[in-house]
Amino acid sequence: MKFLLDGVPRSALVLLALFFAGLLFAPMVANDYVLVVLVTILYFAYAGQCWNIMMGFAGQLSLGHALYIGLGAYITAALYVKFGVSPWIGLFPALAISGAVGALIGFLAFRFGVSGVYFAILTIAFAEFARIGFDHFTWVGGAGGFFLPVANYTQNDFFNLRGSQRMFYYILLAMTVAVFILCHLLLRSRAGYYWLAIRESPEAAEALGINIFRYKMYAVVLSAALTALGGVFFAFFYNNLFPEQVFHISRSIEIILGPIIGGIGTLFGPIVGAFLLTGLAESLREVMLRLGVDLPGVKQVFYGFCLLVVVMFLPDGVWPPLKKKLGLDRDTERKEG
Amino acid sequence: MILEIKELDLYYGDAQALDRVSLEVGQGELVAIVGANGAGKSSLIRTIAGIERPRGGSIRFKGGDITGKPSYVVCNLGIGQVAEGRQIFPTLTVQENLEMGALLPRAREKLSSEMERVYSLFPRLAERREQFAGTMSGGEQQMLAIGRCLMGQPELIMFDEPSLGLAPALVQELFQTIRKVNEAGLTVLLVEQNVAMSLKLANRGYVIENGRIVLSGSGEKLLHDDGVRQAYLGVGH
Repeated sequence: MKFLLDGVPRSALVLLALFFAGLLFAPMVANDYVLVVLVTILYFAYAGQCWNIMMGFAGQLSLGHALYIGLGAYITAALYVKFGVSPWIGLFPALAISGAVGALIGFLAFRFGVSGVYFAILTIAFAEFARIGFDHFTWVGGAGGFFLPVANYTQNDFFNLRGSQRMFYYILLAMTVAVFILCHLLLRSRAGYYWLAIRESPEAAEALGINIFRYKMYAVVLSAALTALGGVFFAFFYNNLFPEQVFHISRSIEIILGPIIGGIGTLFGPIVGAFLLTGLAESLREVMLRLGVDLPGVKQVFYGFCLLVVVMFLPDGVWPPLKKKLGLDRDTERKEG
Repeated sequence: MILEIKELDLYYGDAQALDRVSLEVGQGELVAIVGANGAGKSSLIRTIAGIERPRGGSIRFKGGDITGKPSYVVCNLGIGQVAEGRQIFPTLTVQENLEMGALLPRAREKLSSEMERVYSLFPRLAERREQFAGTMSGGEQQMLAIGRCLMGQPELIMFDEPSLGLAPALVQELFQTIRKVNEAGLTVLLVEQNVAMSLKLANRGYVIENGRIVLSGSGEKLLHDDGVRQAYLGVGH
């Protein structure tokens, strides 16, 4: 464990431990509704962290991460429904295929010098291909949707991921913690420093002798595969998949709002962002409900508003200034937040 | 000869950037390549560095063929490059920038001794160790770029328009630094628009026009060449 804690200030450790304990015991006190909100928050924290590997660490903007969510979701769901394959086994082909698709997009882009917004457009294009493709892919229901059997489970079936929300909550919490630790280690690894160099200045990175093609590929493939794991969760938690929803660009945007608002390239940014956005959006909904006001789309307006405020007043995201306020010194955690 | 280039052709699409360029750089030499904007100077540096792939010709470094090899291979063989426009990492400190320079396998082990050497060469950088590189002046950033390149322990160091955007007084200082680097035993290939100063500094020079080497010789000889004086130094008839 020591290598994980090296150089992290004590105050940060205490806060982190309290925060984690809070998450660990939350389901004991939370009602069903709050639990679903927490699951949503963790889902966005997880997916945001995965996206952050590509954009925050390596500087490659993806606006099509719904593609990997969708692939992970459809592949494991189809294997489970059609062949009875446990999602714990199905996730291997799901992650492999998503990683391979990420590699294909990365290869096309980086081999032919597509970067910046053009790379982002390429990622959107592939997500759109998938959306339209799955609309016509009748084996998994096409546009009519694909459904997982839902029954009243008296007992959690962990092996087949069928069970209570509480079970899903803990699985997702474990995933979020795992990807957080992974990112923490990655940032301190050689790859992490190479990504930083590529993000800050690809020309300088190349002049220093970094194989920028290879390291950009690593970031894309890793991000894609890990995001697909989020998709596996998505499928088994929501039990229904519609191409128009799963692969839609608004899904991709939702994923990236958390890290942008929390702080791109920081470790805590995606988590803080997910809590802020989903937490506030749900509170807003609750208030509207109490007031008896029914305004469809108010959540999207709220997201837009948050983005505007952050871009104008906190261009680095909420986390970096918050970290300063909390007295978590920059020396020890500077590049990762 | 540490670097031998023969008949190098480079195209960007259909546009020819280098046309049968041949040149040689001897061990320990300081060679300048001068020419106007768009003559192909940067293209030549980028091709040697492995960033652009030539269509024809050959590049040999220390006797081995490096034509078309990717930049990370070329770097690790000992060709360092100070890229155009001071490509430093602005959000990293001076110290971290230098550390980034030593990530090649060939340079990792001697990181701390090299660091001391760079700091003694550029005392100004030592004073600003913990400062973010982006907050330094242009001249200091250029020093950092050079220092970072030295961290990779190159045998041949290439400068791409190092004086670009620097105040005249700083340009003087920069050229002194390049001389110092050369006197420390490194072979230098310098690409410049500042024809007079780089030819004064260089042992030998090449004049490049429209992707072709049109003239070569000792720095002294080129400085007194009528064509060079007329075209680049604004003197003559």
